[in-house]
Amino acid sequence: MGRPGIAWAVPGVLFFVLFAVGPMALVVYLSFTSWDGLGAFPSVSGTGNWERLFDDPTMRQAVWLSIVLTAASWLIQTPIALLLGVWSAGRQKNRAVLSAIFFLPLLASSVALALLWKSLLDPNFGLIAEIGPWFGLEDGNLLGSGRGAMAAVAFVAAWQFIPFHTLLYQGGARQIPKSFYEAASIDGAGTVRQFFSITLPQLRNTIVTSSVLMVVGALTFFDTVLILTEGGPGTDTTIVPYLMYETGFQAYDMGYASAVATVLVVVATAISLLMVRVSGFSSMRSTREGM
Amino acid sequence: MRTALLGSAKTGRRGFRRRHAVTLTAAALATSLLAACGSGGPGESKADTLEVWVYQDASTKVQRDAVERFNKNSDVKAKLVEVPGEGYQDKMRSAMGTPNAPDVFFNWGGGSISNFVEKDMLVDLTPEFEKDAEFKESFIPSILEAGKVDGKYYGVPMRGMQPVILFYNKEVFAKADAEPPNSWEDLLGLIDTFKKEGVTPFALAGTDAWTELMWVEYLLDRIGGSEVFQRIQDGDSKAWGDPAVLETAETIQDLVDRGAFGKNYKSVNYTADGASTLFAKGKAAMHLMGSWEFSNQKANQPEFADKHLGWTTFPALPDGKGDSKSVVGNPTNFWSISSKLKGKQREAAIEFVKTASEDWYAKALVDNGDVPTTSDSEDLVASHDAPDYAIYQYDMVRDAPSFTLSWDQALPAQQASPMLTNIQKLFNKQISPEEFVDAMKALK
Repeated sequence: MGRPGIAWAVPGVLFFVLFAVGPMALVVYLSFTSWDGLGAFPSVSGTGNWERLFDDPTMRQAVWLSIVLTAASWLIQTPIALLLGVWSAGRQKNRAVLSAIFFLPLLASSVALALLWKSLLDPNFGLIAEIGPWFGLEDGNLLGSGRGAMAAVAFVAAWQFIPFHTLLYQGGARQIPKSFYEAASIDGAGTVRQFFSITLPQLRNTIVTSSVLMVVGALTFFDTVLILTEGGPGTDTTIVPYLMYETGFQAYDMGYASAVATVLVVVATAISLLMVRVSGFSSMRSTREGM
Repeated sequence: MRTALLGSAKTGRRGFRRRHAVTLTAAALATSLLAACGSGGPGESKADTLEVWVYQDASTKVQRDAVERFNKNSDVKAKLVEVPGEGYQDKMRSAMGTPNAPDVFFNWGGGSISNFVEKDMLVDLTPEFEKDAEFKESFIPSILEAGKVDGKYYGVPMRGMQPVILFYNKEVFAKADAEPPNSWEDLLGLIDTFKKEGVTPFALAGTDAWTELMWVEYLLDRIGGSEVFQRIQDGDSKAWGDPAVLETAETIQDLVDRGAFGKNYKSVNYTADGASTLFAKGKAAMHLMGSWEFSNQKANQPEFADKHLGWTTFPALPDGKGDSKSVVGNPTNFWSISSKLKGKQREAAIEFVKTASEDWYAKALVDNGDVPTTSDSEDLVASHDAPDYAIYQYDMVRDAPSFTLSWDQALPAQQASPMLTNIQKLFNKQISPEEFVDAMKALK
């Protein structure tokens, strides 16, 4: 048996071309047109959308907000998911029950979760009206301030996605051979030392995988923003994907929306490539070299 | 029920619609891209049917009856497609450029169809109105005017009227020993009165920019008269530079500074009933809202709606040029006909949309709790569930010298969407009145 023939790749490639490369090429084309989504396919009308893109204050703000959200998501989610994942890989009492509970948010649809949090954060009738004052929010007006709304989006995203990353880390942690820990305890290393010297280095590839998913996920994050804040107050949570939606499907300016979309594709691809390259993930070195 | 009642309103465009847009977005993008490639093709409608699209809510019953009646006497059969309200605008908009476009469809007039008019996709109904004086006179003139695009009629009014009304909570007013405002001074006085009482003077759903738009619409109408927005609607973006627009924006921020809307209006919503509940529970004294607020309160807080809900007109401003009888809001919804229909099918479609002017149709609307837009319907309106309210509304609209269509419906989406964002920023004081004017002038 030799290598499988090239023909085996055809279905996958076709699928990818039809549903990923094709639409992407169309979007790039549309970004050079002015089209309201109606009637004949538009002809190229120049680089107007791209010129507008570079001096649109809303776009600049959206890029900044996307960066903030991405950074916040990574900083909040990674440590929590990592610790929870490592913990749930163990053999403690009640672990299975608690893990199942932690896992629940991932099972609900993100629309349902966003609606749920929107009710909880309602300044007049939500839970926050009662407990807001404990945190110095006298009028429970979290979603009404730019920073508060952004914090709420980051929090809901974390609440929703930490279980998934926990699962990744759990799997990763279970792969680490027990003998490492046995050897370490013979040498007198405590739990903390074991975590930093064995668990963390062994999870390197898992961290990269989880981070790439997190970053790309945060860059293309959309549904929670749509429901929780509608990009507001004003434009204070209008991240790039939301701006793209609003331009395309509220204002029906498909040309400009396509330019925004193209930027998003390029940036998200570049960042994930960069992360893979910098972290050495691409060379696929095993974490268990020399065993 | 609530969804249904609200659904007949402009929420259809900005409120509910967004929630479901998540899944729709992907679908719509795919359809519109594919749509662009195909023209003609298999979706061509059959010669003996008419596909009629309608926004599905509590009022759909009336259109169902209309289709049934029409089919009895016509060779060409109408087929009603009820589109759930939340997705209506997206679905209609995505379908219009494609072979799957509806033959006859529900819309909001003005900007909701102006893109279609530009592309010559709709049948110009002006000749029908001119040919048949009785047909034209069967509707209240200000309503028909409001639905015009480029001076031509493309729609036949087919649902109830939805003017914006200043509602007040009688119980809260009685407690504060206050009277509903007759003038702007009264209104400013009431703000202080209610603040002392610990009540928010006006409920405002600041997360839904279209509720804030209602304030801007009435203020500009009272300050500068209905001509100012008419010029804007006619495509003169310089009209945003009219001093009345600046004064409107300044008045808005003055109201915000005076605490007219309380402190946390920025995170109050309308679509999940935030503002309406605040108002009904007596936490707010007044609420500027579309006429559907009545049926909404009736469904959710029936006792409040029956006993304590009062209504009045938006007061005039000192030195304002506008007529305090003028009205803003959604005049009604319209039937429009796709221009792809030819011959017998087109004739049948015209016959079908004309059924909306018949007496039984107006009666069916009243029985359903709507206030019809047909002229000479006083007697009919008196048989409404809530006759006082219905007659008030009917007279208000009939006697209005002008009925300004909600701006987000009157302007094409390319301008309406950024306009709503700018209005929200104005209320949130994220931009100054001058910056607001500049931003609006820049819209193309």
